[in-house]
Amino acid sequence: MTKRTPRSAATPPSDPPLRKSPVGIRGLDEILQGGLPTGRSTLVCGGAGSGKTLMATEFLVRGAREFGEPGVMMTFEETSEDLAQNVASLQFAIPELIAAKRMVVDHVHIQRDETVETGEYSLEGLFVRLGHAIDSVGAKRVALDSLEVLFASLADAAVLRAELRRLFQWLKGKGVMAIVTAERGDGKLTRQGIEEYVSDCVLLLDNRVADQLVTRRLRVVKYRGSGHGIDEYPFLIGERGFSVYPITSAALIHAAPVARIASGIPRLDQMLGGQGFYQGSSVLVSGNAGTGKTSIAAHLMRATCERGQRCLAFLFEESSAQMVRNIRSIGIDLEPWVERGLLRFHSSRPTMYGLEAHLDAIHREVEEFEPSVVVIDPITNLDSGGLRAEATSLLTRLIDFFKSRQITTLFTSLTHGTADAETSEAYISSIMDTWLLVRNVETGGERNRVLYVLKSRGMAHSNQVREFVIGKDGIELVDVYVGSGGVLTGAARVAQEAREAREADIADQQRHRMSMEMDHRLILLRAKSEALRLDIEIAERERESFNLSNAASREEELATRGRMAHARHADHWTDDAAGEETRTAASWNSSSTASSIEGV
Amino acid sequence: MLHRQKSAPAPPGPLAAPPANLAIEPPLPAPDPRDYLLRLYVAGATPQSMRAILDARKLCEDHLGQRCQLEVIDIYQNPALARDEQIVAVPTLVRHQPKPIRRLVGDLSNPERILKGLDLAAHFSRD
Repeated sequence: MTKRTPRSAATPPSDPPLRKSPVGIRGLDEILQGGLPTGRSTLVCGGAGSGKTLMATEFLVRGAREFGEPGVMMTFEETSEDLAQNVASLQFAIPELIAAKRMVVDHVHIQRDETVETGEYSLEGLFVRLGHAIDSVGAKRVALDSLEVLFASLADAAVLRAELRRLFQWLKGKGVMAIVTAERGDGKLTRQGIEEYVSDCVLLLDNRVADQLVTRRLRVVKYRGSGHGIDEYPFLIGERGFSVYPITSAALIHAAPVARIASGIPRLDQMLGGQGFYQGSSVLVSGNAGTGKTSIAAHLMRATCERGQRCLAFLFEESSAQMVRNIRSIGIDLEPWVERGLLRFHSSRPTMYGLEAHLDAIHREVEEFEPSVVVIDPITNLDSGGLRAEATSLLTRLIDFFKSRQITTLFTSLTHGTADAETSEAYISSIMDTWLLVRNVETGGERNRVLYVLKSRGMAHSNQVREFVIGKDGIELVDVYVGSGGVLTGAARVAQEAREAREADIADQQRHRMSMEMDHRLILLRAKSEALRLDIEIAERERESFNLSNAASREEELATRGRMAHARHADHWTDDAAGEETRTAASWNSSSTASSIEGV
Repeated sequence: MLHRQKSAPAPPGPLAAPPANLAIEPPLPAPDPRDYLLRLYVAGATPQSMRAILDARKLCEDHLGQRCQLEVIDIYQNPALARDEQIVAVPTLVRHQPKPIRRLVGDLSNPERILKGLDLAAHFSRD
């Protein structure tokens, strides 16, 4: 027994534990981490209409066309002609492959009403036919679709089981890679228990209808000796066959370009860190009806074309002619770009096909046109009617598809009236890199638009609300007024602008007057202080002259007294006494000067 | 158009090539109800094949005599014929004549079941 690796563990593709061959079906090889086991058989089971026959056929056609591995289709249900016809719409060109000896179709048919079982038998006839077919083209791939029909045609189940066991051994011995299909049974994988014989790899296809939306799912039930994706993967059957939605999404391995692209609205670029969106990022513009989402998209279309890059727009609301006309009204002429082949519209009604077919169309167009920017307007219509979870998982894979090709994508999303946009779109916004919200603000009897950047991964973006004005020359973003009355836009904003201008005028005048008043006071004070200074000077001078005259008269008096005493011959008069007298007069003089200063 | 010949005793082992253009058999204008064209498909010279061939021959000799033409075809030698004739199981005994075609799948050891399966009893009863 081969030891099975834990199913959740991803074995690195570089070191496969067993040899694998790519199937060639988009997305499937990633889930199988390289393909189906080379030289072994794989069981594909599923209900009616789940795509088993198509998968088996595509396995052979891709093998023959892309990998140079011829194939044998042993069909138990359809004739060779039916089979070729059924897949003719997929451009599989089976008759050509048969003619070129790259494919053999053998229709095994047991006519029940002309057959009688009379005893023991073996299915050697089947082996001989298969062996002959394999040898005739050197087949590397075999499909048996579906073996279970044998159980309805032949009665001896014991013989059939023994022979089937032998058949798978024999196929292994032949070294061919085989796909065996079987109808899903109640409570088990296949009605006849074929899974007992084919044990290397089992794929389960499922086909569910929920809310009128068909979702096809694929699951790898087991893969002996290999890691594999364990989830249910949505797949599409489109115009080019199978597409399984790639596992690369789970790995999140796409490159993160640092290049930026302009949004076409300079002010918006400013809000987004000054440079616009990241190349390869996903941008969501959401808002109510008539908020200008499509106009934002149109700016991006024009900006892309002006850079000489291709832009692909999927319109689910209007025709391309309508789009061109409507956008012209805001001063953007897209027609020249359409004529020059840089802009392509793909418009269809969302209800025209299922989600599956739309996504397939998107894939096909993108692969063909190879645009740098894709606009989907609006994404909301695609998931309407479908289950949100289903739609989200498909959208995630769609976004991954764009990212893997470094395509910048702008989705518009219509939010409904009262619902809070931020929560109602949580399911889709988590997979977006940049989310712009456009909202109507109703004030003063008018509706005005405001825009803000809810998030923008990996860049410093503005947290400001901007009024969003759509004029004859496109979109202009202007600052809004945020005051006690809330956000002011439109006429209220204009009124506010006027009011603010007037108020500013008044304030200016007031400031001027106050400054003059202050100057005036200063000048006044300075003048006062000058006058005082002069008064002081005058007083000082007066005091000085008074002192001088005072001293002179005192000396005069002493001298007069001395002369009189000398004249009378007074006996108490000495030189000493005269000196004492003089000193006393001097000290009196000085103290009088000090008091005169204090008195000023 | 009618080949009236007794089936030659074929040696075991690889068998002779079948007549060409088996698929295109023009409708016979007045088929003799007593003519039988039986083809026995076997896979190689296995004991199972040998037994089937002997059983078929015995059946023809015992019950159909001169009126039976038995062809033995080895699908190993003619794999393309196995596809054209829609052979899945071996041994398969196909009654090509009289119409309609009947196929007997399995070993031929029980003559009564074979005769019933070939719907020969009805023809005999007419004799």
